[in-house]
Amino acid sequence: MKRFINFVWKELLHILRDYRTLLILFGMPVAQVLLFGFAITNEIRDAKIAILDFAKDNTTREISNKILSSGYFMLYENLQTPSDIEPAFRKGKIKEVIIFEPDFGANLERDGKANVQLVADASDPNFANMVIGYTTSIIADYQSELSKGKTLPASINPEIKMLYNPNLKSVFMFVPGLMSVILLLVSAMMTSISITKEKELGTMEVLLVSPLNPFQIIVGKVIPYLLLSLVNTATVLVMSKFVFRVPIVGSLPLLIAESTLFLITALSLGILISTISNNQQTAMMISLGALMLPTIILSGYIFPVENMPLILQWISNIIPARWYIRIVKGIMLKGVSFNYIWMETLILFGMTVFFIAVSIKKFKIRLE
Amino acid sequence: MGENHIISVKDLTKKFGSFTAVDKISFNVLPGEIFGFLGANGAGKTTAMRMLCGLSIPTSGKATVAGFDVYRQTESIKKNIGYMSQKFSLYEDLTVKENIEFYGGVYGLSRERRKEKTEFLIDLLKIEEARNKLIKSLPLGWKQKLAFSIAIIHEPKIVFLDEPTGGVDPITRRQFWDMIYEAADRNVTVFVTTHYMDEAEYCSKVSMMVDGRIAALDKPEKLKEQFGVGTMHEVFVKLARPAA
Repeated sequence: MKRFINFVWKELLHILRDYRTLLILFGMPVAQVLLFGFAITNEIRDAKIAILDFAKDNTTREISNKILSSGYFMLYENLQTPSDIEPAFRKGKIKEVIIFEPDFGANLERDGKANVQLVADASDPNFANMVIGYTTSIIADYQSELSKGKTLPASINPEIKMLYNPNLKSVFMFVPGLMSVILLLVSAMMTSISITKEKELGTMEVLLVSPLNPFQIIVGKVIPYLLLSLVNTATVLVMSKFVFRVPIVGSLPLLIAESTLFLITALSLGILISTISNNQQTAMMISLGALMLPTIILSGYIFPVENMPLILQWISNIIPARWYIRIVKGIMLKGVSFNYIWMETLILFGMTVFFIAVSIKKFKIRLE
Repeated sequence: MGENHIISVKDLTKKFGSFTAVDKISFNVLPGEIFGFLGANGAGKTTAMRMLCGLSIPTSGKATVAGFDVYRQTESIKKNIGYMSQKFSLYEDLTVKENIEFYGGVYGLSRERRKEKTEFLIDLLKIEEARNKLIKSLPLGWKQKLAFSIAIIHEPKIVFLDEPTGGVDPITRRQFWDMIYEAADRNVTVFVTTHYMDEAEYCSKVSMMVDGRIAALDKPEKLKEQFGVGTMHEVFVKLARPAA
């Protein structure tokens, strides 16, 4: 045990000494969260919209004025008929069309209820989502002002329609994906590089001749990266919670436990990569090409798995991050308990066992 | 196999598929001997050495190292040997002190013992000013002497040196061999592979490997006498020629 701690200490020294890499390892999650966060929650300013007002009464005029004076929107044109909507979007200038039903004000006065339809260009889904969000909150604001001092509350019912991309994803979806990519990068790539480095420098041979057994060597090399990745997980979570107000609806301990499981999966992948590559470059190429790219593209991080061609959907099943992203989305955004994610957990666990088993086999062959 | 032999090898063989890398080699090494293990590239030196260090299981034959069997007692062997590879085996991004303490820890030395050893080695090698410098900033000669000192930090019975003097200037090589002699005087057995035939002259016993077999095994003087030549270099050329 003393030998083992001594070994882990040496490994930590390696990491601390290489301060450039250290900076990247700790700076990267921060930079990525900020980049993704701000790219997505970027404020809307003067988004061009069109209004199709069938009512043309005081209420609709008031709502329109309120929306246009908010600073977020700019009136591009007034439409006359529903058939103008499609061509207006096709020109690509406007982001949203607001449609007030006929007799909007009268309906609101009489029934306390009126309908407004918001149509957005969702070919840019995040932007569409924001435009809709801003509009609805302005309308809600107007509604609450109107309800003041009245016994019967007025209710305006915005009916939302996303054109071109009906299954719009939430803006918060980037956090789970980002977490999986960062953890994979740090764990798998850095461990595989650090193990192959010892092979390349010839120190691995000396370690193998020493009384340390191969298991201690591998675990000793992995532990510092496990700690480092846990710190990174915490950074991403804290930043997304406090900078971008991404909620953590479910249980935090469960989230941490599942993240640790995914870390171990990633570490075992790193070990596997190091057993099949002889130098650092190979390890890096395999990590980037065979691990990072599929993870970014096929895991559902950027492109929803459900929208992929069937064959890619099958392939995405073997990507650990896909299951981890589902787990994180479940816990963070939906607040589900373990009962709902046991299958994903079991799959990750199975993958880890498989990777470790193959690594041990490969490692033994190398020793022959 | 005499009881006093520290390394005892009998008909040791290693096959990789149909290729026989080491073919029934036999030799004995006495405690405190400097045993030179010579041969051309690909003659099977490294494979033989790996088997003796417990890194590779032999296909057949018998061998004991420090009294332990190479098939079943590799863990005990590892505790009783030191090893230095041709790549120096020090961590370039750690300091002199950290390297000494790390390897001391690997071999299970206590904290006090490691401190003591660190001071002793820094004093012995006269590298006081380099104590907290990174290994990569040291001259090659220093690195190599330090690597050797670290390889015997746990006072093993045997130290295996795999081409320890590659790429080093003649003066440093001479100094390095002085260190080897000092170790041998303290009854440490030295098992060394080398390409330099002048170094072969320094060994107390020499084995020449050709195509996985031991082609000659004796004291350097005896070998020169036997082949009727003046230097080990000529002995080597005579032996290796049939293979070329």
